Amino acid sequence: MPKVGVVAVGQSAFVRSYPGSIRELAFEAFRDALSGSGINANKIEASLICSAPEYDKQRTPAGLIAEYLGLNPQPTFYVESVCSSSSSGLRTAYALIASGLHDVVMVLGFQKMSEISSAESQERMGRGADIQWEAPFGTMMPAYYAMHARGHFTKYGTTEEDLALIRLKSSTYGVINEKAVFRKSLTLDKIMEPKYIATPLKMMDCCANADGSSCIILASEDRAKDLCEKPVWVKGVGMATAPINMAGRDTFSGLKCANLAAKRAYDMAGVGPKDIDVAEVHDCFTIAEMMAYEDLGFAEPGQGKELIRNKETYKEGRIPVNVDGGLLSKGHPIGATGGSQIRTIVLQLRGEAGEIQVPNAKTGLVHNIGGVGIYGNVTIFGVD
Amino acid sequence: MGFEQFGVVSFTATTKAEKFVDFLREGKVCGTICKACGAKFFPPRSDCNVCLSDDMEWFEILGDGNLLTYTEAMYAPAGFEKDVPYLLGVAEFKDGKVFGRLDKSMLEDGITPGMKIKLKVVNLEEGRVSYELTAA
Repeated sequence: MPKVGVVAVGQSAFVRSYPGSIRELAFEAFRDALSGSGINANKIEASLICSAPEYDKQRTPAGLIAEYLGLNPQPTFYVESVCSSSSSGLRTAYALIASGLHDVVMVLGFQKMSEISSAESQERMGRGADIQWEAPFGTMMPAYYAMHARGHFTKYGTTEEDLALIRLKSSTYGVINEKAVFRKSLTLDKIMEPKYIATPLKMMDCCANADGSSCIILASEDRAKDLCEKPVWVKGVGMATAPINMAGRDTFSGLKCANLAAKRAYDMAGVGPKDIDVAEVHDCFTIAEMMAYEDLGFAEPGQGKELIRNKETYKEGRIPVNVDGGLLSKGHPIGATGGSQIRTIVLQLRGEAGEIQVPNAKTGLVHNIGGVGIYGNVTIFGVD
Repeated sequence: MGFEQFGVVSFTATTKAEKFVDFLREGKVCGTICKACGAKFFPPRSDCNVCLSDDMEWFEILGDGNLLTYTEAMYAPAGFEKDVPYLLGVAEFKDGKVFGRLDKSMLEDGITPGMKIKLKVVNLEEGRVSYELTAA
């Protein structure tokens, strides 16, 4: 396959309620990516706009955003796989470039969740599951992940305290992430307060809704070297799916789509879990990070708890995970989340991650899940 | 009157599988079986993704199942607030896995994954109908 490189990354601050419209929110990440990069709108040959449409009053946001960013008359279209939309966008951009159709493609993810109430948001997220056979029972994302937490606890003896340790790690890094929505320092006692959302998940096991945008610009090998001093190369793009309906699931202790996507990404990149220097995983809930440790092969099934108990996923540990605070601290503006994860890994591999820099990071991984394990995207990046 | 009568709030008005609701009114929780190749489906499907046939018949989920997992939801999405707290779970029966509400009274005796479960039909307000997982 031809090489495809990331040449610029940007992200807005993730905030509870963005004081502007979706086009203005999108521009924040676009400006952040382009500033100082030497890249301008004329050099972008096509754009992919990624979000979950049910939050927007605007029909077909791609056309609106492409115009506001000055990207007419270049091609633009919309890519959606709910919470993993911008990773699916990156996968699509990779294909557009590797095929030779375009040389420079932008992936812009955004979400302005604050346009609707939290209860309405839960109802819409619940409809990200099967609306015919499951939503009539009153489904919502925390309940689905809670059933996976119970499945993991039952099978492996994982505890609520183990999940609390994941939130404690997130808080350690969220405090120092200026773009995160949740920057309070947390203690284990605070995290363990019995404010249950859906048992066994408590308030602090859940990420917050947020408004935000992310922007990733990719280019073919020659163009990447021309546009960027330190391109970061896309080494593997793995994607897999699993049944949307819980009745179709084989297991409630992991996400099969993530495990399969990881295998595909590792095979394509020619690396394995032990080669990953730094990772961003989709911790929409603490249990999601625990399952990611195991689905990605950082730990054997059931051994994820040992990783966090031994602080192996801290910056100084064997496999640093979510050292930017993850979704739990940054917030989770659906369509922007994958791009934010990718941005963190690109900055790590460029050696530009500042206070959270993992020394000598050469190979990084992004795990980005859509729905409750409907869509699994695992992307591997490298410096060579 | 059709499928929009299924569950607390329905998001689907029209489906070829609406007979599911008629069976609920007869006290039966049913899936479909493909008459061409024998594949069994729950939730019921109108089209067989194994052999592409649309010639299906209904069968009742019978017997005891095992509870695989569950949660007690303390918050609810819009339209379900009055039910809080409520239980959701998945059980495995001989003919497939079933997702749904758990009978709230199960909380009194304790709920443990692996416990025996049976299905029962429940009548809701305004003529609506659903099913629950309850202790066998």
